Amino acid sequence: MIHMDGVACTYPGESNAVLDGFSLLAQSGEFVSVLGRSGTGKTTALRVLAGFERASAGYVRLGKRLVASSFVHVPPNHRRLGMVFQDYALFPHLTVEENVAFGIRSSSGPDKRRRIGPMLELTGLMGLEQRYVHELSGGQQQRVALARALAPEPEALLLDEPFSNLDRELRAGIRREVRRIVKEAGATTILVTHDREEALGLADRIAVMGAGRVEQMGSPVEVYASPASPEVAVLIGPCKLAPGVIRGSEVTTEAGTFPVNGAGAGLGDGAEALALLRASELEIGPSNEGLDARIIYREFRGEYTEYGVNLPSGMVIRVRKRSADVFSEGDRVAIQARPGHRIVVFPRPG
Amino acid sequence: MALSQAALSRVPYISTRWRLMPPTGLVAVAGLVALAAVLPVFYLIIRTLDGGTEAWDIIARARTAQILGRTGLLVVMVTGFSILLAVPMAWLVTRSDLPYRRVLTVAAALPLVTPSYIMAMTALEMFGPSGLLQQVLAVPFGLDRMPSIYGLPGAVMVITLISYPYVFLTVRGALRRLDPSMQEAARGLGYGPFRTFWSVTLPLLRPAIAGGALLAALYALSDFGGVALMRYETFTAAIYTQYETSVDRSIAAALSLVLVVLAVVLLFLEGFTRSRGRVYRSSTGVARPPRLTQLGGWRWPAFGLALLPVVAGLVAPVMILGWWLVRGLSNGEELSPLWGPLRNSLYFSLLAAGVSVLAAVPVATLSARYRGPFSRVIELSTYVGFGLPGIVIALALVFFGLNAVRPLYQTTALLIFAYAVLFLPAAVGSVRSSLLQIRPRILEAARGLGKSGWQATLQVTLPLTLPGALAGAALVFLMTMKELPASLILSPIGTRTLATSIWAAASEAYFARAAAPALLLIIAAGIPTAFLVFRDRRMRNSA
Repeated sequence: MIHMDGVACTYPGESNAVLDGFSLLAQSGEFVSVLGRSGTGKTTALRVLAGFERASAGYVRLGKRLVASSFVHVPPNHRRLGMVFQDYALFPHLTVEENVAFGIRSSSGPDKRRRIGPMLELTGLMGLEQRYVHELSGGQQQRVALARALAPEPEALLLDEPFSNLDRELRAGIRREVRRIVKEAGATTILVTHDREEALGLADRIAVMGAGRVEQMGSPVEVYASPASPEVAVLIGPCKLAPGVIRGSEVTTEAGTFPVNGAGAGLGDGAEALALLRASELEIGPSNEGLDARIIYREFRGEYTEYGVNLPSGMVIRVRKRSADVFSEGDRVAIQARPGHRIVVFPRPG
Repeated sequence: MALSQAALSRVPYISTRWRLMPPTGLVAVAGLVALAAVLPVFYLIIRTLDGGTEAWDIIARARTAQILGRTGLLVVMVTGFSILLAVPMAWLVTRSDLPYRRVLTVAAALPLVTPSYIMAMTALEMFGPSGLLQQVLAVPFGLDRMPSIYGLPGAVMVITLISYPYVFLTVRGALRRLDPSMQEAARGLGYGPFRTFWSVTLPLLRPAIAGGALLAALYALSDFGGVALMRYETFTAAIYTQYETSVDRSIAAALSLVLVVLAVVLLFLEGFTRSRGRVYRSSTGVARPPRLTQLGGWRWPAFGLALLPVVAGLVAPVMILGWWLVRGLSNGEELSPLWGPLRNSLYFSLLAAGVSVLAAVPVATLSARYRGPFSRVIELSTYVGFGLPGIVIALALVFFGLNAVRPLYQTTALLIFAYAVLFLPAAVGSVRSSLLQIRPRILEAARGLGKSGWQATLQVTLPLTLPGALAGAALVFLMTMKELPASLILSPIGTRTLATSIWAAASEAYFARAAAPALLLIIAAGIPTAFLVFRDRRMRNSA
């Protein structure tokens, strides 16, 4: 179990805290991804957890062990965490086998070999033992980094943007592979990324970061279905936030009137709101009202067609529609919620 | 990023036809340069071996073994001490919170400017039998004589202070490129700071240490002025004595041959360590700046230690020279005889710089643009001056001049030729690396915009190569100013340079008379050095 509670971190010589009140909880065997824009401190959080940076406030616990606080700092080599770096940081002077064996705490050669074998098998590196790092492809390097981190049987695995150096085509496959490997190894895993597909697709639970702290934590489905704030919503999927007013159980915006999700964020009748509009939750039909919404682009994507609908204020709402019925650029349309979908609203800041 | 750029520059995109067939004119010119660079040494070797058993008799003498032992001892000790001095300093300026790191980085490289014979003179003044240290210690301890500095201790001290910057610069560069996450990975895998240093940092630095150590070792092997003044007879000093005192030059030639073999052995050793270490960044990720180690209470003591080599290697010598100069002037010493040597030094150095860079351009072009065994051979043959001591090349040119091109013997032309052979590698290196930074796509763009091949060369390649060529010229200028043995042996009769004037005074132990030319030399050498340091910084800022 990993528990970070109210952690603050400031780099030496700088006045602004990178982390402030950062809290995160990962249960044993759980895969948690931390999603955030660059500069929000997600990598710093991971480095505090690993012991490469010091926490100036708060607590970090690994299981029952307190490893970091304002008065405790267990050095990285005593934390038993496996880290996979963004650039892998494989040792170029060692072979694949030697890299993987590097962290195994055992003096006897045969014992080491006995423990490397399954690890190489798990990561599909059999036959590459004697290669040097520069003789491997990006995906293979990734797997060596993973095997090296897992070999000492760490308490948890920390992944720092591990897929950002891979080709797009490789990524999806390797992502699935990594999830299989860590699940098979039963390792508690924390993945830091700025890629929402990665964060949503891999994790059991996801922590969405704002500046220096976790804004919301929950299962990917939960967080996607009911984001806690407009910032989280924007981060978790492409969307538009349209200002509107609550009328009963509906919200009226420039784009149209939509049913409101659940409690409507506790907003009463007549309250000002922001409506979360996602392409996959909207539909368009022929216009019947006086609303001046026109299609400004149409992109055929095979399974569906995406339309851009321009509103009088200049905001462009994306809408997906099955390819059957076709509108043209310049057509006047009306936007509705897809049947059964309710729109998430947030209170509009004054 | 770093990797992909390196890969790009290593395999420039050139159409296949071009790559296979460099222009004939270029090949001819580059080939001539290469031939000129290797010819004298080959001539020396062949002539000496022609002597047959006679040469072997000289080499097999017990005295040769003695010199060999002394030379080996010097090389090993200088290399060892240079590493011990340079690696911690490089670490301090790159990975710790040492105060004034930038200033110290430049300062630590500065002793490179000091010629060994000046260093030796001032070291004798400080630590000699009745030097400054003795006079200071005489009062409280009644010490009336210092243990002798002459011989091995003095030679090791002087040569180490001058050659440790080679190791410092290469190791510092490697430490800057070394991805800090390597060390973090080791820490995360349970290694403490010391085990991390031994099993990760040090192996990764090994090629850099070996490269720097090779330069230091080659320098120790080739130095003449410093060891001669310290009366420590290595090959260079023995060769010079033989050359000066004996009519029969075959002994000097035979000894030179042993020196050539030693240099080749060193080059081979370095190549061996290099092939075992692989220092590539494992991938192309973004390296974060390293977390600086907090020295705490050690900050200022470490600062003092890091300052020590530059104080001993440059500041103290300059101060002593200044003191000598003032004392000499007040005793009525005249400065006027210096203008001739100064003019000669500047004239020769400028000529050498110009000739070297001009000769380097075709070789560098060939090696940067047309890969292949042929261009490799040409490039390697211009590296003779890198491995071989100046005295060997000077001697080779004496032989060559006397026997093959008699009218050139004792002329400025032959002297400049020697400098060019000696310092061609520096010029080729500078020009080549700036040529490699020009991506061939840029030239293709110029061609696509309607420029002819020559216009593209004039309007694109030339301006982009100029800074590199100037840096190469500055380097050659600096090294020519300091050069001693070739200047001694090949200067036209009656022509003195600053270096030979200093030597003339110092070898007779008239140190005070050497002060004025020595100061002038350091100042004149400092100008191109300042240019190089400044350029280095500007390039880094723009990168």
